[in-house]
This record gives sequence, C-alpha cells and structure tokens, in this order.
Amino acid sequence: MVTLVLPRLAARAEQRFQRAAAVTGRNVTAARHFGYWWVLVSGFFEPVLYLLSIGVGVGALIKSFTLPDGRVIPYAAFVAPAMLAASAMNGALAETTMNFFGKMKYLRLYDGVLATPVKPFEIALGELMWALVRGSIYSVAFLGLMVAMGLTSAGWALVALPATVIVGLAFGGMGMAIATYVRSWQDFDYIMVVQFALFLFSGTFAPAGSYPLVMQIVVQLTPLYHGVELLRGLTTGVLGWGLLGHTAYLIAFASIGLAIASRRMAVLLYK
Amino acid sequence: MAHPTYAVFEHQLVSYRRVWRGSVLSSFLLPVLFLLAMGLTVGGYVDRGGGLGVRYLDFIAPGLLASTALQVAAGEATWPVHAGFVWHRMYHGMRATPVRIPDMVRGHIMYILLRVALSAVGFLVVMALFGAVHSAWAPAALPVAVLVGLATAAPIFAYSATISTDGMFAVLFRFAVVPMTLFAGVFFPVDSLPLAARALAYVSPLWHGVELTRAATLGTPTAWGGWAHVSFLVMWSVAGYLLAVHRFSRRLAD
Amino acid sequence: MVLRKSLADLSYPRVRVLDVSAAEPLIAAHGLVKRFGDFTAVAGIDVDVRAGEAFGFLGPNGAGKSSTMRMIGCVSAPSGGTLRILGMDPVRDGPAIRARLGVCPQQDSLDQDITVRENLTVYARYFGISRRQARQRADELLEFVQLTERANDKVEPLSGGMKRRLTIARALVNDPAIVLLDEPTTGLDPQARHLVWERLFQLKQRGVTLVLTTHYMDEAEQLCDRLVVMDGGRIGAEGSPRQLIERYATREVVELRFSDATLDSYLGKLEGIGERLELLPDRILLYADDGDLAVAAVHERQLRPSSVLVRRSTLEDVFLHLTGRTLVD
Repeated sequence: MVTLVLPRLAARAEQRFQRAAAVTGRNVTAARHFGYWWVLVSGFFEPVLYLLSIGVGVGALIKSFTLPDGRVIPYAAFVAPAMLAASAMNGALAETTMNFFGKMKYLRLYDGVLATPVKPFEIALGELMWALVRGSIYSVAFLGLMVAMGLTSAGWALVALPATVIVGLAFGGMGMAIATYVRSWQDFDYIMVVQFALFLFSGTFAPAGSYPLVMQIVVQLTPLYHGVELLRGLTTGVLGWGLLGHTAYLIAFASIGLAIASRRMAVLLYK
Repeated sequence: MAHPTYAVFEHQLVSYRRVWRGSVLSSFLLPVLFLLAMGLTVGGYVDRGGGLGVRYLDFIAPGLLASTALQVAAGEATWPVHAGFVWHRMYHGMRATPVRIPDMVRGHIMYILLRVALSAVGFLVVMALFGAVHSAWAPAALPVAVLVGLATAAPIFAYSATISTDGMFAVLFRFAVVPMTLFAGVFFPVDSLPLAARALAYVSPLWHGVELTRAATLGTPTAWGGWAHVSFLVMWSVAGYLLAVHRFSRRLAD
Repeated sequence: MVLRKSLADLSYPRVRVLDVSAAEPLIAAHGLVKRFGDFTAVAGIDVDVRAGEAFGFLGPNGAGKSSTMRMIGCVSAPSGGTLRILGMDPVRDGPAIRARLGVCPQQDSLDQDITVRENLTVYARYFGISRRQARQRADELLEFVQLTERANDKVEPLSGGMKRRLTIARALVNDPAIVLLDEPTTGLDPQARHLVWERLFQLKQRGVTLVLTTHYMDEAEQLCDRLVVMDGGRIGAEGSPRQLIERYATREVVELRFSDATLDSYLGKLEGIGERLELLPDRILLYADDGDLAVAAVHERQLRPSSVLVRRSTLEDVFLHLTGRTLVD
C-alpha cells in the first residue's frame, strides 16, 4: 500500500514544485531586464544607508552603549542585525504585497497563468520563493558588509543566513495574505504605516526593554521583534533557548499567512 | 474665468478628497512615529553622551519637519505625475484645453505645496506638544517647509516627466530621497561625515532646509547665515521649475 | 506565400489521438448553469463540441458567453448541470484539463515586463515544457503569428492586433487539443481582424478544435462550422450558419428607408409583401426569397422609399428573428 502511494505523492509534490518554480522563473526572466535590474540592485542600499546613518552617524553621538544585560557593544553592532531583519521584511513585503497586487489586479498576469495547469497555491508558492530568492541575495550582501565592518564574524554570518530566510518567509506569507484583501493602491498607505511602525519599534534602534511596559508587551506579539531578536542573538553570538522560541513563532506566522493566501487567492481568481 | 493654473490646482484638490485618509497617515503619522522612536528611545542613549548641547528630541524634531516636507513633495511629485503621463493621461487631457504647460506644472506644484504646508502645521503642533519648540521664531519653520517642498518637488517633476517606467522611482528614492533624509543633518550633524559625503549634503536642498528649521525652532544661528540657505533653496526651485517645464513640453510634444 | 510556408513548418498532427472514445464529444454540457449571487449568467444550456470542429457562441454582450467559456476553461465552477471536458470533470481534474486547453481571453493578459518571445517561453514553463522545447516552440509560433521581427521587443509598444496574435500564439504553446477564444477580434481594426481570422482558419484546417465566442455575425460565419445563438443565458438555436439562415430567415432581405419620420406607418402599407417585416429605428427589413420581386411589389403600391438595398440574409437576421434585437447596438 505504502509503496504504491508514496511514489504517487512524491511525483505530485514534484509536479507542484515544478509549477511553482515556473512562476518563480517568470520573475527571474523579468529581473534580467534593465529597468527591473536597477530596482533590484538599489533595494540593497536602503538598509546599508540606515546602518551608516543611524548605526554609525548617530552611533558616534552615543558614547557608550550598554545592553540591558550589562554587555557593552558598539551601537552599530546593535543596529546592524535589526537592519538585516528589516531588510528581509521589506524585501519580502515589497514582492508579496505591492508587486503581487499589481500582477494580480493591474497587470492581470495570473488570469493567464490560471488557464494553465498551475493552481493558485502554486502561484502563491512561486511568488514566495521569488521573494525569498531576492531577499536572500540582499541578506548575503548585507552580512558580507557586516563582516567587512567588523560587526559580526564570518562564522556567525553563515549561521544567520538561514535565519534571514525564515524572517523573509514569515513576512512573505503574511504579505501575500494581506495583498488578497487590498482593494486599491491607496490601501498600501496603511500597510506602509504598519510596516514602518514595525521597523521603528521592534527593538530596532533601542532595546525593547527600554520601552514603556505596555509597548514592550505589544512589541513582543509582532513578528519583526522576533526576527530582530533572533538575528541579533546569532550575529552577536549570544545563544539561548529564546532563539528557538523566536524561530517557532516566525515559522507559525509564515504557515498561517500562506494558508490564508492560497485560500483567498482561489476565491479571488476562480470566480 | 478662473486662471488655468488655478483650474489645475482645483483638479488636484478634487482627487485629494478621495484619498486624504491614507495620505494623512503617511504624511503626518510617519514623521511622528519617527520622532517617537528616535527622539524618545534612542534619545535616552544620546543624551547620556551629551555631545549635542541640546536634547536629542529637540535636535531631530526640526530636522524631521524639513524631511517631512521632502517626503510629501517627493511622494506627490513622482507616481501622480507619472500617472498623469502614462496611466490616466491627465496631462494629455489638459493639453486639449487652453491650459498651458507652465499652468500644469504650477497648478500641480501649488497643490503639493498646500499638502506640504498642512503636514508641516500638523508636525509643528506635535513638536510643541512634546516641548520641542524653544523659540518665538518657530512659525517661520512653515514657509521654510514650503520652500523645501518647492525646491524638491520642482526638480522631481522634471525627473518624473523624463523616465519611461515607474520602476525608476525606486532608484530616485533609494539614491536621492533616502540618502538625503539620512545624511543631510536630520539625525546627526553633518560635520561628522567624511568630506565627500559632507559636500553632497551641502548641495542637497534638505540640509539647507534643516539648518533653517532648526534655527527657527531652537533659536540658534544657522551654519552659513539665513539668507545663504534661503537663496540656495530658491536656486533649486527656479532651476527645477524651468527644467520641469522643459521636460513636460518634451513629453507632451508627440 | 510566406504565410503558407511558415504554416508548413508547424508540426501539428493532422489527426489527434485522444484518450476518449471517438464517439464522445470533447466538450459535453447538459443543463449547465452559472449563477453569481442572484444573477443567473447561464441558465441551463446543452452543448456538444466534437473533435476537429469550430464551434461558436454567438450573442450580444451579456448573453452569458464569457461565463460559459470560463466554465469550459476550468477557472469557474458550474453552479448546476453537468460538464465534461476531454472526458474529465472540470472541478476535480482542472489542472489535467487545462494542460490540454489553449485559452485566448477577451482581455489580453500579456506580461508587460518581459519580451514578446519571453511571454511564450515563460508561459510554456507553466505547462511543464522543457526550456529547450519552449524556445523552439516559441520561435515556431512567432513565425506562425508573424511576430518574429518583434521577438525581442517588449509587449507594450505592440499594436492591438499584434497583441492579440501574441495571445493566440501563447494559447497554442502547449499544442492544445481545444483552443478557447473569447471574442478573438473585438476591438481590432478590420485589417487586423482579417489577419487573425486567417491564422484561426489555418488552425481549423489543421484539425484543431476551436471554440469561440463572438458578437460579430461575420466572424461567426467566417469561422464556425456550427454555432449556438445565445441570449439572456439561454440558447435560442443551434446549427451551421447556413442551416440557421435557412431555418430562421429568407434567402434575401430588402432594407427600406423612408425620408419621412414615421416608419411604423409604412408597416401596414407593406403588409403582404415577402414573408415577414421587421421594424428597426432607422429602417424596415422585408424578408423575401426573391428580393427584386419584393422591391417591384413595393413600387407597385406607390411607395417611394428614399433608399432600397437588397442583400442576402445573414446571422444578424437570424438573431433579430430569434430575439427581436440586433447583435451590436
């Protein structure tokens, strides 16, 4: 029985993956064109600029930076992993909210795709894989910069890389779910505000422990906080059981997002 | 009959009535969040260092006011202008009426300056609530914000009328708007920048706006003297406007 | 001549081997219904499409044609009735059916970010076609729809006719058993329409099963072996264009215009000439097997129309007879 079912299941999974990969492939093809390429490359600079401005520029005004646990580290080393997490979030959200919405509603790209054997879930998966590919390229570059600036070691950078993929996955899945509820471009103003608030208040520029108590509680419920804490633990080389908790939170967040996204897409596209 | 420039301005106001909620968020709430995050939390660490002479919150608040003018101007001078050429082709529609190209540019920029002024008033009130206003000159920050809006919106109009795909806006933001926001003296004094970067900051309209705004709300002198900064912003505005009219004429020629 | 050569290059098997028995139609719908909330778009239709035929849905906008096409394309679940496509169930076997359909939607959904050629290669990948095969297939199809010279251009600058041809090429990328075309030439100028018809005619000759919707009777007459007339979600009549005209119209039609305002006052005066009269806002149609005889009878009654036109009956007349309305308003 098992010998009969398993190969069938495996073949089906492989087919699914291939179809999702075809959706990813479309984006790779598009990325090769000049205009798009510029956009991709320029995306890398934003977190770098923040690191240099806040981490180094404002960091120079902070004479000594003491963490709540008493350790003293350069302010830039504190900000850098947060920028890494924020960059994974921004990259994943850019692809899965704005670009995804544009492809679905404005370019009507998926109307054509749905006439093929590709299913909504596979479209969602394919777009998410692309968001992760794009985000990972940024992460690799940013981690390289961190190593060059002496903000982490090469070894810890290697450990942190897969963690950035998990952060991207969490935001990618949720972003796609949100995009299916967006009515018009104006709604992105709201998404942007939330995204920016997360960026500012996830223990990014100051330890979450220094926030007022109510805010500390709220912040601990949000996903970027867990991403920042996970990456900060890894790049500064401070391990603890808490890191597993952060990871579990992010994976759960990603699964819920993806499940909502594929259900909503089927509703929206199969009218 | 109303002047055509005013007709263009009015056209923009009509569309603003539909989208104002979202724009209140992005043009008012975002800078306030920034002020809270940097001024209050990071501010605590900076103030312990004591290198600035003033509270960090008081230092960045005027900078963020000027930077808000830039954000609103940049947001409104990019996609909406592109849309007018490519998506809903509003400018092509206007071309078929007595509206001249300078009317289109002026009317649309007038609307943007109104938006800048509204955001600036809102932010100034928030600043006052946080006790970040320390001079009777503070209201002068409003015309400065409008001037920063003009000095940035006008050249960006020219850019928007030139590019062919809206993807190039990401390039504008990442290589001009964001660097200006982060390195033109909003968050830390430009003196600590390497020479080349400092030169770029001096060229940018935002730095001059930040200097003037900071002088207004803190009652301190500016780096180069008030009129020097104002002249510099006027230069950006005039050059940007002329270039914008030129690029609009090119774009609408075919 | 160039056209014919390029067609020969395309390797379509003349006879398709299907895994359904020859007797079973490729598409079989019985009592098919589509509802959107309270609105019934398709109100129980029966349709059989057989292998190798060109089948048309003719009807005005809002007749339920596009809803029917979306159900056949397996992107919209039927609200009632049965539907079998290639012997399979569209709800359960959607992907397997879609793998063998080619769909040309009413609104072009081409990818603006990539080139003409990439539109075909990328699309081929959705069907699991290998990269090498996809490239080869794309080149053949570009030749077929005469877009080889624009292969490396972006989609945006193409004319409407070129975009439609590219969409048709895209629909052929998986060598489909059935090609669905929703309003294939709506919005195109006459020259572009003829070019599209020519390509579709070539496909038909090669034995590809075509299913199309149209509200142009000339398109239906040009392309369809068999068609159904749809209105208000129902099928009014079914047959070949010639059969329908024979059944629902006379051989010829006389179009009469009068310069004075009140056309309906002439209806009584024309009574008895030909088989049937239709009153349109600007003219009266007089159905008769011999148009010239009918014109002579009109003159005998001392009626002086400002213009007289004798023509053959078309599907437009069939539609008018069946629904009392014109196709294109």
